[in-house]
Amino acid sequence: MSAPANDVQDYVGFDTITQQMERKFLKRGFNLNVILVGESGMGKSTLVIRKTTEIAPVTQMLEENGVRVKLTIVDTPGFGDQCNNEGCWVPVIKYIKDQHAAYLERELKPNRERIIVDTRVHACLYFLNPGSRGLRPLDVEVLKRLTEVTNVIPVIAKSDSMTIEERTAFKRHIKEELAFHRIMLFPYASDDDADDDRVLNASIRELIPFAVVGSEEVIEVEGKLIRGRRHGWGVINIFDETHSDFVHLRNFMLRTHLSDLIEVTSQRHYEQFRTSQLRQIKELRAQQAAAAASGGAPPAQPQVPLSVMQHQPMTQV
Amino acid sequence: MKEGSGEDQNVAPSMYSHVSRPSSHRNKNARKGLPFNVMLVGESGLGRKTFLNTLCESTVITASEVTNAEQAHIAEPMQFKNYTVEMDEDGMKIILNIVDTPGFGDGIDNEQCFMQIQEHLELQFDSVLAEENRIKRNTKFNDSRIHALLYFISPTGHSLREIDIELMKRLGSRANIIPVIGRSDSLTPRELVLFKQRVMSDIVSHNISLFNFPDLNDEDEDAVEENSELRAMLPFAVVGCEEVINEDGRPVRVRNYPWGVVQVDNDEHSDFDRLRYVLLNSHISDLRDRTQNELYEIYRTEKLSGNTSVLANNTSQAVISAIGA
Repeated sequence: MSAPANDVQDYVGFDTITQQMERKFLKRGFNLNVILVGESGMGKSTLVIRKTTEIAPVTQMLEENGVRVKLTIVDTPGFGDQCNNEGCWVPVIKYIKDQHAAYLERELKPNRERIIVDTRVHACLYFLNPGSRGLRPLDVEVLKRLTEVTNVIPVIAKSDSMTIEERTAFKRHIKEELAFHRIMLFPYASDDDADDDRVLNASIRELIPFAVVGSEEVIEVEGKLIRGRRHGWGVINIFDETHSDFVHLRNFMLRTHLSDLIEVTSQRHYEQFRTSQLRQIKELRAQQAAAAASGGAPPAQPQVPLSVMQHQPMTQV
Repeated sequence: MKEGSGEDQNVAPSMYSHVSRPSSHRNKNARKGLPFNVMLVGESGLGRKTFLNTLCESTVITASEVTNAEQAHIAEPMQFKNYTVEMDEDGMKIILNIVDTPGFGDGIDNEQCFMQIQEHLELQFDSVLAEENRIKRNTKFNDSRIHALLYFISPTGHSLREIDIELMKRLGSRANIIPVIGRSDSLTPRELVLFKQRVMSDIVSHNISLFNFPDLNDEDEDAVEENSELRAMLPFAVVGCEEVINEDGRPVRVRNYPWGVVQVDNDEHSDFDRLRYVLLNSHISDLRDRTQNELYEIYRTEKLSGNTSVLANNTSQAVISAIGA
């Protein structure tokens, strides 16, 4: 059989678009903003450089083969540390929503920047207590609220006091309880997922919660330098997969799912926030109009200042 | 202080023998069994149950098998659960009465817990007070006053948390508090030393009253030295485990990790053995005595003086009307 006459024989080179896109992203670099939620002493400090006394971000630039990631970590000191922890999640949720609001405000400006500075929280590492049997009442309350506004990744830090059997049982209980409470964690299943995405996501879900052992120390073991913890009965190497899920967590966040975390934040959590904000403003305008007409008091302001919204055409949502 | 009889220091001593330690013979009621009441307080997951089971070398408290996810997270109000175990310690019979407090600190709002425990402790004092003042007293009266309150601290590695400080402050005058670090195998040796120092400094700065291994007899040099060592060990770092393996034909209690094996009875791995000896042997009398002669007496005076009676405080009429109140 001879080839059809209209076959493209010459090489045009439009396949270089992938490299062009890559170069564009690489030049821009990535911003990854992560918030750590957990009581003090749960091991968050092994993941941050400097301690803070309030919810404030600490930034570190990571670079690998020309790809720059600006990693910003926000700690939540004081969370869950009181005798009465009612409402301790409020400042955390507020921080996350404030970042969405700030982005929305910038996005709505008539003269907005070409590349909007993105402080939105892309991932929330939620620290579970290794001793408990499963989720504590506080965990359930907080996780329900956190998963509504950001990508949540549960983590067991300081898992060096759990044997492998205990770890396996704990992970199983946690997964059962999360499913029971319908708490949706990242990565979310999507119909668009390719088969290998599905497989990868399934293996991530198996590991959750990540049992990590963190360490800022470099110690010497048999002539080699490793990052780990030296106990009286042995040395934990945080990069050893049989000791800790640290490598898996790091790959998950910084390698395989880095762009997913950013994209999902933008397309799912941010959009949800934006929609609800704009709806509120629309209702607010209607109320204001009604109040002005009847001479009553103006209603309360929404999170995004109304001034920003003045020139926005309110299309039907 | 390990009085080895030439044993290899790296092998955990068998949990069934205390031949290598000096034992105390300050005991009474050898035949009937000496009642010793211990309360365990601490959030779940810090190893209270395991500690008790390890202490008694049997499964006293079984892990509740909650199989359905629905109930698992529900904040149960704190309960007081009683267990009794007969122990034989160096030939001395002890009736160990344990009060466990499951649910302590597990809810979102835990402020009620302190009051509940305080009331429980005072209730035991009240029943002794009532009994003491009866016209016809029961010689077989069951004394349920708590002789030792083991408080489990979370191994955060930082310092005491608000709940720790509140509890110990409020109950220090009602029971002999012995602070214990649960799951201490999550801390490296260096972290443990620093943590212990910080905890003790917090305790001092908050004026918390503990069972501080007081020297009751200054002339007993060995005891004075022992007490000072024990004071330096506070809080006791415990690792509990219920798994027993056979090592060289001897039973050894261990926790198996991929990076090593923790031996519960090895003094370098945990203070468990030492604490056990304090509770069931060397200081059992001191703990009972302090409860009876100091803590109870303080409570009694407080309770009786607080009573607005027409007659003077120390007359029997004041006492009788106090009991009636």
